[in-house]
Order: sequence, then C-alpha cells, then structure tokens
Amino acid sequence: MKPILEINQISKRFLIHHQNNHSQLRDRIMSTLRPAADPEEFWALKDVSCTVARGESIGIIGKNGAGKSTLLKILSRITPPSGGHIITRGRIASLLEVGTGFHHELTGRENIYLNGSILGMKRSEIDRQFDAMVDFAGTEKFLDTPLKHYSSGMQLRLAFAVAAFLEPEILIIDEVLAVGDAEFQRKCMGKMEDVTHQGRTILFVSHNMTAVKRLCTKCMVLDKGSLAYLGDTNEAISRYTFANQSLDKVSFEHPIVKSVAFALVDQELEFRINLENYSYRKPPSVGFVIADLMSNKIMGTNPNFSDSPMPLVPFTTGTVTIRVRQPKLRNGYYKLSLWVGDGQADFFEAEDCLEFNVEGMINDRLHPELTNIGSVYPETSWKINA
Amino acid sequence: MISDESPESIIAPPRRLSLHLGELWEHRELIYFFTWRDVKVKYKQTFLGIFWAILQPVFMMLIFTFFFGRALQVSIPGMSYPAFVLSGLVIWNLFSSGITNAGNSMVNNANIIKKIYFPRLIIPISSTLSAAVDFFFAALVLGAMLIYYQQPITAYIFIAWPAAILLTLTGILGLGCWLGALNIKYRDFRYVIPFLVQAMMFLTPVIYPISFIPYRWAEILVAINPMFAAVTLFRAPMTPEPIEPALMFISIGANLLFVLFGLLYFKKTETYFADLA
Repeated sequence: MKPILEINQISKRFLIHHQNNHSQLRDRIMSTLRPAADPEEFWALKDVSCTVARGESIGIIGKNGAGKSTLLKILSRITPPSGGHIITRGRIASLLEVGTGFHHELTGRENIYLNGSILGMKRSEIDRQFDAMVDFAGTEKFLDTPLKHYSSGMQLRLAFAVAAFLEPEILIIDEVLAVGDAEFQRKCMGKMEDVTHQGRTILFVSHNMTAVKRLCTKCMVLDKGSLAYLGDTNEAISRYTFANQSLDKVSFEHPIVKSVAFALVDQELEFRINLENYSYRKPPSVGFVIADLMSNKIMGTNPNFSDSPMPLVPFTTGTVTIRVRQPKLRNGYYKLSLWVGDGQADFFEAEDCLEFNVEGMINDRLHPELTNIGSVYPETSWKINA
Repeated sequence: MISDESPESIIAPPRRLSLHLGELWEHRELIYFFTWRDVKVKYKQTFLGIFWAILQPVFMMLIFTFFFGRALQVSIPGMSYPAFVLSGLVIWNLFSSGITNAGNSMVNNANIIKKIYFPRLIIPISSTLSAAVDFFFAALVLGAMLIYYQQPITAYIFIAWPAAILLTLTGILGLGCWLGALNIKYRDFRYVIPFLVQAMMFLTPVIYPISFIPYRWAEILVAINPMFAAVTLFRAPMTPEPIEPALMFISIGANLLFVLFGLLYFKKTETYFADLA
C-alpha cells in the first residue's frame, strides 16, 4: 500500500524586506528610482522529508520558530512551498485554529453551518451531524443566540464540536488543545484517539508532550527549519527536551564518565550520563541518590535494587539514561549524587555533583512548591464515612 | 473503511496558471455560505434591515432630481428624469457596492485566508453576489416606480436587463479581483476604492444621458468603462434614444479586458495571499 503522505525535500523561503509595515505603493514607486537593498533570505523550512503510512499519527515538535506551523500551512495548501513537493493520497482537513470564520453577529446554528462549510464539509454532512455536534458542544439552549453573547468557553466548545465531526483521511491539527478547561480537553483527546483508531492519519503539532505521547506513534523534531529527528515518540520527546531546555548539566574530568545532564521530560525526571571508552565485560551500572538542598536524602536506587534492571547491550561509548516516574517531586532545586560501576565495583563516585531544578512534575497548580510539608508529592484519595 | 483509491494530489511550488473551475464548482456551497453570511451580517442589528438597499437609491434619486434635473434642464426622450436617474442608480449601485465589497473582501477575510485553504476566487465571487441581493430589492422598487410613472417598456427588456446585469457582474469580478489582490499587497487601495467608485460614477452616464457629452473624444473616453454598456443596455427598453454600436463595443471590450487582467493578476498572486495578508 502506498503511503498516504509523501513529503519530499520541502523548503520554504521568506524574503525579509527590512520594513515594518505592509508594503506601500510609495516603496514600490521609490524603488524604481533607486534600487532597494537586497532582501534577506530566511529559510523557514529546509529539505524536510517524511513518509506517513495510512493510520499513522505523527507528532511534530520543536521550539517556536522551528518551522512547525509553516510545514502545516504548506500541507494545508495555505501557502506554497518554495521547493520540493508533497504527494497526498486522501482528503486533508486542517485545523490550524478552531472556529475559523466564526462571526459574532451570527447565531450558534448559523456559525455551525458557516464554519463546517469553510472546513470543507458538505451541507448534507452538516445536516446529518448537526445534532451530534450540538450535543458534543453542550450548547443546545443557545443555538439561536448570536455568538457574541457566548462565553469564550462556549465558543470554543462549539468550534471544536464542528471540527470533531470532520471525516478526512488526513487530519492536521495545530496546538488547538492548548485551550479550554481540563474536562473539555479530555473530551477532545478522546475524540482524537477515536480518529486514530478509525485508521485515519493525524499530523499533530503541540507543546503538550503528554498529548503528543498519547496520540502519536511517530514523531518529527524540527530545529531551525530542518528535520532533527524522525522516529519513536519517546525518543523524540526526550531529544527535543534535552536539546531545548536550559540544561542542568555538569562535566567531569574522568576517563570514562564524561558528563551528566538532567531534564524534566513529560513529567518524568530524566538523567543522561555520557560514557566513553568503557571497557568492562559487563554493562555499566549506575546508581543515584536525589537529595534536597539541605542534603536530606529523598530517594535513590541502582540497577541491582531496581525492578527494571540495566539492559544487557555491548557498550563502549554512549549514553545511559535513567528515568524516574515515581515518586513525584514538588517544584524546587534538588541535588544528584552518582555512582558508576561495572556491576562489581564502582569506578566513579560524585556526591551532590549536579544541582537541578524541577518544575511541573506534579499537577498541583495551587501549591506546587509547598516544600515545608516534604518534597515528595503523594498520590492520595480521600474518603469520608458518615 | 477507507479506500485505497483516494486520488493522488501534489503540493508543489506554483508553476502554471489555471482557473481551476472544477475546484470552484466543488466548493459551490461555500460560495453560497459566504454570500449568505455577507448579506446576513450586513443587516444584523439594523432597524430597517434590507430597506436600506431601497432607501439609498431612492434618496439619491430625489437629490439628483431636485438639484441636477431642475438646474440643468436635462430631458430624456421617452422617460421622466426621476425614472431615468433611478434606473441608472439601481444598476450603478450594484456595481459600486460590488466593487467596494470585492475590493475589500480579501483583506476583510484575511484571518480565514491565513488559516484554511479553499479556492480564493470564492471570496470576491461571493461578495459580488451579495451585492446582487441588494440589487434585487432595489430593482423591485424601480419596477414599482416605472409603473407609477406609466413608463412604456419594450419586450426588449428580457434580453437587455439580463445582459446589463451580466455585464455589471463581470465588470465587478474583473475590477474587484484586481483591486482585491492589490489591496492585500498595498493597503493603499483601501483608500483608492471609494475615490475610484465616485469618480467612475460621474464618468458613466448614470445621472446624465450620453447625448449630454459635447465632444466625440469625450464620448469615447467615457465608453472605455465596463459600466457604460451595462447602464445603456439597462435603460434601452425604456428610452428610444439611439445606441451607438461602436461605443458599446468599446465598453464591452474594456469589460472583457478587465475580467482577463483582473483574474490573471488574482491567480498570479493568490498563492502568496496568506504570506502577505
């Protein structure tokens, strides 16, 4: 079966004319008199290639300005590429924003039809799905009220409801989940998961790594317009985070252990230890202890204690990655101590070698830093019997 | 559930100019919805609603009759001056509001253009059609007025009016697409459009007959105008004033040239609208 989407060396160039405003006729007229300075070239995308199979969901991650939105705009045909080509084999619908074309003076009902039509739905399709859309949005009572009297939450729900009933083979989504309350976001995620289970293809740009991880089987990391990585989602997310977070990192003057770096990836602690010239027979064994700034030890383990032991792979130079899912730490600064050995004896030991900052590992928005009740965040449930 | 025979399509840098009429036809419902939105939004929150489409030409007719008709002693064979002016204004208003709508349509819909793809031509086409809705109501009033003045009308009306309306619509489309595309690039055209429409009104025989023009060269100049033929044809069933074929050909030729260049310029620039808007 041919891939549903073939992106071949897509590039997009912008010319930056050094002026702030929209071009004015005056500039055009003046430039015939004296030649203007050559515009500066800017490549928003450079030679990006990717093949997407039917039913695959691809996440696109990268910093702001990495070219994610430009790629989506080219895929949605809003702007043409400057070079390369894309072959598509299915109906594409793109949601670069929800509620495109919504008009404040029109009623909810009218906006559903207008927006649906702009998104490429046939009138008969909208008729057929109308009740389901209204039900999804939960705005039955206000169907004949002008949109300007809706709360912003209601407008958003209505907008997403229309989009949710698109039935394209390829769905392109740009960061639309960043809005709305938690309950509604859950609903949207559920709807998008349904879409992937139906064998449709999703291209999904987001800064929300949890959402990317849930939806996407494969991930593309863009960096300054180029494809930095394409492949497994977990690996992509961790590379992206390590490449872009202001890193907590320390280097060592040691023949084997070169450096250790920390990042919070997808609400998990991740440490990457770089090793070189490792010559022992058994794979390296890394143990660690995490302490607070007062050097009170919080937790620690090594592969011998751990229920997921070190994988047995031949190793000389590379990275050992430690991931800590539980327990969750509250926001704040912590210290890492590290031991590296060959499984028999340690050849490297560095206490409190790395100070790192944890922010956003827990979802407690009210008191994320309440460390006077302890740094570890318990997962609890509460019950009252009366 | 999903067929493997989905048509292949290619996204690549633009090369060839094509009107993509098939694609336009596929999106015909969107033309309807945009037109419907424009009409609906225009009269939302107005007390008089669609009556504005009628009031405007009627008031203008009264003003022109009192000041222009009286002062200049214009006389038109077979027609009273109010009927003459109103018929001219009704078809002219179709053109002027069409040009204003279409010329500003691309800028007004920039937020949609930047977020979703559909054939861009849909936007000026819909705004042209929304002007036609106003025209329909104004034409009803014109009909009532012609009956009131017991205006004799020849059967020629069944050819002349559709032809006049068609010429007006193509004139709007040609000039409107051109202005709409230019407006995206140079916002100066936002200020050019009202001025252009006003100047054109006085250069078109709307409130005076062509016989009013004393020089031959001035007649030809006035005829290089897509609306000259439309206004003349619109009144032709009501006045025995002779029509000069040469001037009609010039006007229709100008109209076709505007359509050609307008659409060409629009198609040439449309792929970059989203980058510029």
